[in-house]
Amino acid sequence: MLTYAAKRVAATIPVMAIVAFLVFSLLYIAPGDPAAIIAGDQATPADVDRIRESLGLDRPFVVRFAEWVWRVLNGDLGQSIFTNLSVTHMIGQRIQPTVSLMVLTLILTICVAVPMGVAAAAKQGTWIDRLVMMVSVSGFSVPVFVVGYLMAYVFALQLDLFPVQGYTPIANGIGPWLSNLVLPVVTLSAAFVALIARVTRATMLEVLSQDYVRTARAKGVSQRPVLFVHALKNAAVPVITVIGLGVASLIGGAVVTESVFAIPGVGRLIVDAILRRDYPVIQGCVLMFSFLYVLVNLGVDLLYTVFDPRIRY
Amino acid sequence: MIGRRTLLAAGAATLAAPSIVAAQGSRVLKFIPQSDVTVLDPIWTTAYVTRNHGYMVFDTLFGSNGKFEASPQMAEGLTVENDGKLVRITLRPGLKFHDGTPVLARDCVASIQRWGKRDTYGQTLLAFTEELSAPDDKTIQFRLMAPFPLLPQALGKPASNFAAMMPERLARTDAFTQVTEMVGSGPFRFNAKERVPGSQVVYERFADYKPREGGVPDWTAGPKIVNFDRVEWRVIPDAATAAGALQNNEVDWWENPTQDLVPLLKKNANINVFVQDPTGQVACMRLNHLNPPFDNPAIRRALLKAISQTDFQQAVVGDNPDMFHVPAGAFCPGTPMASEAGLEVFKGPRDYAAAKKAILEAGYKGEKVVLMAPTDFPILKALADVGADMLTKCGFNVDYQASDWGSVVTRRAKKESIDKGGWSLFHTFWAGGDQLNPVGHAFMRAQGPATGMFGWPTSPALETLRDQWIAASDLGSQKKIAADLQLQVLNDVPYIPLGQNFFNTAHRKSITGVLDGFVTFWNVRRA
Repeated sequence: MLTYAAKRVAATIPVMAIVAFLVFSLLYIAPGDPAAIIAGDQATPADVDRIRESLGLDRPFVVRFAEWVWRVLNGDLGQSIFTNLSVTHMIGQRIQPTVSLMVLTLILTICVAVPMGVAAAAKQGTWIDRLVMMVSVSGFSVPVFVVGYLMAYVFALQLDLFPVQGYTPIANGIGPWLSNLVLPVVTLSAAFVALIARVTRATMLEVLSQDYVRTARAKGVSQRPVLFVHALKNAAVPVITVIGLGVASLIGGAVVTESVFAIPGVGRLIVDAILRRDYPVIQGCVLMFSFLYVLVNLGVDLLYTVFDPRIRY
Repeated sequence: MIGRRTLLAAGAATLAAPSIVAAQGSRVLKFIPQSDVTVLDPIWTTAYVTRNHGYMVFDTLFGSNGKFEASPQMAEGLTVENDGKLVRITLRPGLKFHDGTPVLARDCVASIQRWGKRDTYGQTLLAFTEELSAPDDKTIQFRLMAPFPLLPQALGKPASNFAAMMPERLARTDAFTQVTEMVGSGPFRFNAKERVPGSQVVYERFADYKPREGGVPDWTAGPKIVNFDRVEWRVIPDAATAAGALQNNEVDWWENPTQDLVPLLKKNANINVFVQDPTGQVACMRLNHLNPPFDNPAIRRALLKAISQTDFQQAVVGDNPDMFHVPAGAFCPGTPMASEAGLEVFKGPRDYAAAKKAILEAGYKGEKVVLMAPTDFPILKALADVGADMLTKCGFNVDYQASDWGSVVTRRAKKESIDKGGWSLFHTFWAGGDQLNPVGHAFMRAQGPATGMFGWPTSPALETLRDQWIAASDLGSQKKIAADLQLQVLNDVPYIPLGQNFFNTAHRKSITGVLDGFVTFWNVRRA
């Protein structure tokens, strides 16, 4: 397995190279000029040209791309056109809120969605099943920002239990950190819980109809071990696959959630950068998210072997 | 043994801790700016949020009050000799930069020179200046080619780019490159370590700042007395979240609440909502004079008859007539140069059939009119929607091209024809303070395609009148020339004014002393 993991890690290099090239090319051909945005309304064309020149934006595509790749290979993602800060520093400032939001969302989702799916499968056709399906459909149907506003209105403005916005670093204490994250995590989890609960229910229903489950029941094994020991372990592979794939949509959801709750995360950083055409920041963030996504999928592949011993690499 | 309920109660208390912390810190002011301070150098960009930041960190030689009169700020005084051609400004004693060094005249000379390379007002001032020097540490000397009575106003202009004074070592930075440090002599120090771009900007009171003695705080004039040790700018891009934060006492002040949320905030007994800047902003339709049909002055003039400034303003601020002013002319309504000259064209009911006929008679041949509409800038999109509807009613062949503002900014610099990616018109706003007089009024310039700004109007008459205004020695003459300028604008139509609107600011009643103008943080205190 170690050889497999090493090969997969090595395979990320060409993937990242392709991502880097695509991102750079797309930004190069996209409309918009940071120099014009910086120069402002009163600038003359000559002023804009001077700013463009000072930012190095007047040089050919190949030169700029080669320079950027060389810097990235040396661990330097470049410098923001607008803030003059290094992209690595800017991502470093923002990574903790985003990672906190995503990890807590994943934990909450798994803790809530998997039992929901199992319960719905075990009680197929009952009110429990219908309730779980209703919650799932609602979770899918209501946009993230609507859930966010409702959460903020009820739990922050009306009940005054949590702050409306902001983020407190974990170094300032678990309590304040969690306090700022409760509403965003619940918001971001809503759609993800719906997805995982439905997938869990569907795979559990399939597994529960297998012969070995019938045999286990015939041997007198009680319901709980049948569900959680025999069935769930075998149903886990598709669920883990969907969780892995869902990380991509989680990244998209984090962008919206971070905006609604004013969390200074990487999602908001990338949106702000796109609106301003801050190319180095966009390139750095996309590269980082791509790398994260590749790693998550590698982790998912390796987890398969834990839940299904038949899978060997 | 700890029970489940005890544990839950303890957890709830821990989670509620931030509210308790928020209630403390009465020497900290929490403020939501209009947007992030992406660029810190107030000379490098004209963004108003950077201007607001700049006025915290940097001081100016002159301030400006609500009547747009200049008065000394860093300056002790000013002497004028040699028939107005020799101006000497003396610095107040005891001024210091945030790095501890004294403010010297040569710092100010370098700062003025850098500002003069970027700002329209500054460029005009330096064009009149034969020599700018610092004969000693306290004296800044202008040797002028001709009298420039607006010199104090120029150095104290509140709008972007303002003449920020910085140490010579920073002011020597190329005007097209950002300065690398935020060292000014203003009432607040910039805390670079705590800055999180897109999220937070922190300022601390500058202990060595010496407010000028005497006078009344008014806009940027008078003593700048700071009553907070720390000001935190919290960037909250989502308006509903910002409103929630203000209602929930998580912040003290929100610079620009959106119009739709103002009624909600006004219902809150703890929040004060009011118009801070009486000059507001003036909406404009910028026409491209290089491409048909707006290269035809008769068509531009005929278009004026279809303009309903009220429609444009209602799309932006709603039906409340207190929040907008029409008709607006070439100068910001309510300021000394504003007049009613020629504004009849905007009054009365609009007759689109008559306008359509007049436009056809003027020579319109059905050419495509490309309207650039930024969808990520709600108020500009609202203007674009009204504009597109109005142009369609007038019979124009409108091609409504939606994009983001960044793309509009880039594309508007294109002089190419329509079939090669050129454009016909777009809508924008100028702060009222940018249209106080012809010197700072960018859309009034009509220098032509070689040196002019996007839209590229050409009008020697407008340029001559502008020069005459600058040379005018008294307010009466200036007003007369300003009226002529307005008539000339309505004749040449370099752009079309679409009315003035105001925007609210909202703060909790736990703070008082917010000054009129733009957001400044001196004079503000806890109630």
